[in-house]
Amino acid sequence: MSQPGSNCPNCGAPVSFRFSAAAQTTCPYCNSILVRTDVDLEKVGEVADLPPDASPIQIGTEGIYGNKAFVVVGRIIYDWEQGSWNEWHLAFNDGTSGWMSDAQLEYDVSFLSDPKIHLPAADQVRPGATLKFNNVDYETTVTTTAHYRGVQGELPFKYFDKSDMVFVDLRSRDGRFGTIDYSENPPLLFLGQPVEFDDLKMKNLREFEGWN
Amino acid sequence: MGPGVPQPKVKAQSLHCPNCGGPIELRGFAHSLTAVCAGCLSVLDASSPTLHILQKIQEKNRRKSKLPLGTRGKFGNTTYELTGFQTRGIEADGETYEWGEYVLFNPYKGFLYLTEYNGHWNVVRPIRALPEMIRAARPAAKMNGEVYRHFQHASARTVFVLGEFPWRVKVGETVVTDDYTNPPKLLSSEGTGSEITWSLGEYVTGQQIWQTFGLKDSPPVAYGTYVNQPNPRTGKSSATGKVFRWSVLALMLLAAYLFVTARRETVLNERHHFYPGQTGEQSFVTPEFELKGRTSNVEVKTTTDVENNWMYLNYALINSETGAAYDFGREISYYRDSDGTEGGKNDSIRVPAVPPGKYYLRVEPEGDAKNSPVEYDIIVRRDVPSILFFILGFFALTLPAIASAWSSWRFEYTRWQESDYPKVSTTSSSSSGDDD
Repeated sequence: MSQPGSNCPNCGAPVSFRFSAAAQTTCPYCNSILVRTDVDLEKVGEVADLPPDASPIQIGTEGIYGNKAFVVVGRIIYDWEQGSWNEWHLAFNDGTSGWMSDAQLEYDVSFLSDPKIHLPAADQVRPGATLKFNNVDYETTVTTTAHYRGVQGELPFKYFDKSDMVFVDLRSRDGRFGTIDYSENPPLLFLGQPVEFDDLKMKNLREFEGWN
Repeated sequence: MGPGVPQPKVKAQSLHCPNCGGPIELRGFAHSLTAVCAGCLSVLDASSPTLHILQKIQEKNRRKSKLPLGTRGKFGNTTYELTGFQTRGIEADGETYEWGEYVLFNPYKGFLYLTEYNGHWNVVRPIRALPEMIRAARPAAKMNGEVYRHFQHASARTVFVLGEFPWRVKVGETVVTDDYTNPPKLLSSEGTGSEITWSLGEYVTGQQIWQTFGLKDSPPVAYGTYVNQPNPRTGKSSATGKVFRWSVLALMLLAAYLFVTARRETVLNERHHFYPGQTGEQSFVTPEFELKGRTSNVEVKTTTDVENNWMYLNYALINSETGAAYDFGREISYYRDSDGTEGGKNDSIRVPAVPPGKYYLRVEPEGDAKNSPVEYDIIVRRDVPSILFFILGFFALTLPAIASAWSSWRFEYTRWQESDYPKVSTTSSSSSGDDD
């Protein structure tokens, strides 16, 4: 659902939203980070140059997950010791949103979930511990320290200059996965599952020299 | 519309080796974290714009890739390009065993791997599920309801790298690996410390790999038995088993039919006496008797009263119409002393496949002149079914199954000899120092 557009307070380019609950976006022309206020857009910063990126997904990529159509409206790029990964922000056609992570072309779709229990602090999580969410046992696997490398497009929260952040990965026996995101207090829980690229039936993907 | 400035087509970067100036093309785009110069074997940080040199591999450590990097082939519906090659090795019993690993890349689907050892190949995919560990004397792992038996725990060292890798590689680096087998599948874990990754391999032949990449020469010959090589007997023994089950059933039906319909008819029962010392003609012929029904066997039974004595009988079953004769000789001897007994007083023989008709027996008894006289009965019966033939038939039928099971067992034996759990533990044969 598109919303009436505004103009970038920095360069005057038209800026519109595809995700009605977006709290911020970036100007596609001048890379200003724009936060929504009651009346208009406010520039809070500028995106640094994004690293070279070879994800086949881009803002505007469309696909289907479950029975719902989605469009990719934003992303967060994280760096860690073994490179970087993308968290693509998906706006579904029923007004909800989710995330698709693309870590070296391994794809997961996940959603913000209510843990219903008190999540352990990051420094108290031991690998191999079991946590139960929605009647599924998850085992904690790795704790990753990453940092924000950049943002692009529409996000459901306001960007502020986070640096290092800690993630704890969870896996179930049947291949479902989860992430505890310690960038906020209390921490956030995302639950989801790996997806096959072909199953998402994506359109408007990037092209690769020598492959199309 | 929103931020929809379309991104340009992703291009493969063409760079130069900072050490020798040779060309470096990054086929894995920005996914390649490490690249190796094919010319001077410098290991380069592909994520740094200047291709920072991380390591230099000595030329003497160069290994030859069995597949040409840059070649593409289809796995399922997806085309992959060979982008990286590494050799890894383990030390066991003072020897180093090396195998090859290949990185395959598709810009949409990601990475796939091939491994090769002694001409045995596996297509390997990373998996996301966490297998369940079954801890026992012989541990196993369970995934999707299938049990994978632990094969080997090892420490794998990177010996050589070439091409590009989506992770940071380093020659000399060691990881702990565990292999779990359920042929043709192989579940492997690999990790350092708390981070363990799992992958699932599937056995393929060199022929299949060569076909996939359209290579003209021949794949290296596979030798030995590989950890997850399918036992060639498993499929065949089920076919053998099927034939076996049907044959046994047919045999049993035939036996049942013959047992039910057998005549078991006594056609002759005569008593005779044999006086060994007697001069003159001892042979005689019996009265004629009729063998009825289908072509079937004839049982000739001889019961005697020999005791510490013997006699020999030359028999001929003669068709009185055609003159066709079945000759057979029987020796009957029975001895008894304080040590026990030897031989028997009675004898029975079956003459197979005798057509119906009128017959008589010609009997020619023989014995040493000083032997005691013998009283004996000759009983001739028509169509006496023999369970023995069916038992023999049954064993004949089991032979292929036994051969198949044996060959299957041999295959598993050689497979597991290479594991942490050899079927027969080998004692070190340190006899080489012996004097002759």
